[in-house]
Amino acid sequence: MRTIEAEEITKAVARLCKETNYNLGQDVIRAYKESLAAEESEVAQEILEQLIQNAEIAQEKEVPICQDTGMAVVFLELGQDVNIVGDDVTAAVNEGVKKGYQEGYLRKSVVSDPLIERKNTEDNTPAVIHTTIVPGDELKITVAPKGFGSENMSQMKMFNPTAGAEKVKDFVVQVVEEAGPNPCPPIVVGVGVGGTLDKAALLAKKSLLRDIGEHNSDPKYKSLEEEILNAVNETGVGPQGLGGKTTALAVNIEEYPTHIAGLPVVVNINCHVARHKTVVL
Amino acid sequence: MAEIKLETPVTESEIRNLKAGDKIKLSGVVYTARDAAHERLIEALNQGRDLPFDMQGAALYYVGPAPAKPGEVIGSAGPTTSYRMDPFTPQLLKNGLKIMIGKGNRNQKVMDTMKEEGAVYLAATGGAAALISERIKEMKVIAYPDLGTEAVRKLRVKNLPLVCVIDSTGKNLYNR
Repeated sequence: MRTIEAEEITKAVARLCKETNYNLGQDVIRAYKESLAAEESEVAQEILEQLIQNAEIAQEKEVPICQDTGMAVVFLELGQDVNIVGDDVTAAVNEGVKKGYQEGYLRKSVVSDPLIERKNTEDNTPAVIHTTIVPGDELKITVAPKGFGSENMSQMKMFNPTAGAEKVKDFVVQVVEEAGPNPCPPIVVGVGVGGTLDKAALLAKKSLLRDIGEHNSDPKYKSLEEEILNAVNETGVGPQGLGGKTTALAVNIEEYPTHIAGLPVVVNINCHVARHKTVVL
Repeated sequence: MAEIKLETPVTESEIRNLKAGDKIKLSGVVYTARDAAHERLIEALNQGRDLPFDMQGAALYYVGPAPAKPGEVIGSAGPTTSYRMDPFTPQLLKNGLKIMIGKGNRNQKVMDTMKEEGAVYLAATGGAAALISERIKEMKVIAYPDLGTEAVRKLRVKNLPLVCVIDSTGKNLYNR
């Protein structure tokens, strides 16, 4: 049994909140540059140039890439041979979010009661925390701040079990087209297929944690990802919805076994600020 | 593609000359308001109270900025998605609002009112928030400070890079 102090979790989460919001992954910047080279429209080129320049400014000045520094979504993979001492894990994570958002001059975008009061909690807590217990004696922490311009454009559908890949593809393309300029294209499209309603949503969210260019390990799903990405880019929505070849930087599918009677599908859209960073304690 | 330098406050004829697709560099005073501030502006109008700023010829930017670091004017400040402001917008247009800055679609009623009143909708690049913040030279909270990031701010901007998406004839660059 290995011991991890709760305070270490707090420190790691605080640091990840700041780093994800200041430093865009090289995978995303590389994807911007590839898109810039492929775009022919002047507006599309200018937008991609702005995004590249924006990422440089944010990194250099240590300011947020986007003012919507998101709701903090935190994934924990907790080794079953780890004993956490000092505080409970949830409190430690939330303390880290509070510290990171306050120290980092990140926007506090969370309201306590979603429906009636909608009062800002002033420290961006609570985080949305997903914990998986895994073998081993390590704790893997991933912070993925999620902006809501894109979150609002996400959709789910319970398909008939016989619907097939073509119908799922059409649905994803339809969701992207309906979203149009709203979710800040070029987007990353996360697709969760199977499980139950809640499982499909989690799979979709989890798929957004991949680096751009990383595919599903199953060749069938990898080729479906590529096929849907092509279809999405043929819509012509383009950067910021102003037309062009780059509507999405990636389409990521995660699948899970499901019931004989169903085929849940969730499309979770991420904006071009595809943020996530991981540490292992 | 034309690139036009525009200075606020604007006249109706300046607005009527802008065409969907024009690249614009906007300078001058711009006010911020997003969801919660829109609710309060409309409430003030409905109760016959004064608005916190002169809406005549005004430019409104849909933004909730990140907090300013010490020594900075403002934190990162890119546009938020505009459709959420649609239910409130026609009434503001009827009170003189001429320029709206945001990102994403607007509804038919907003576009119809823009045509009637002579107003334009300009897009800032969503997510280019650090870059945009460098074009904001002054910032002051002028109303609803309790709303935090959603408070109404008076900004002075210099060469804010924008694209005219919906012009006053109803032409919409998103509908290609």
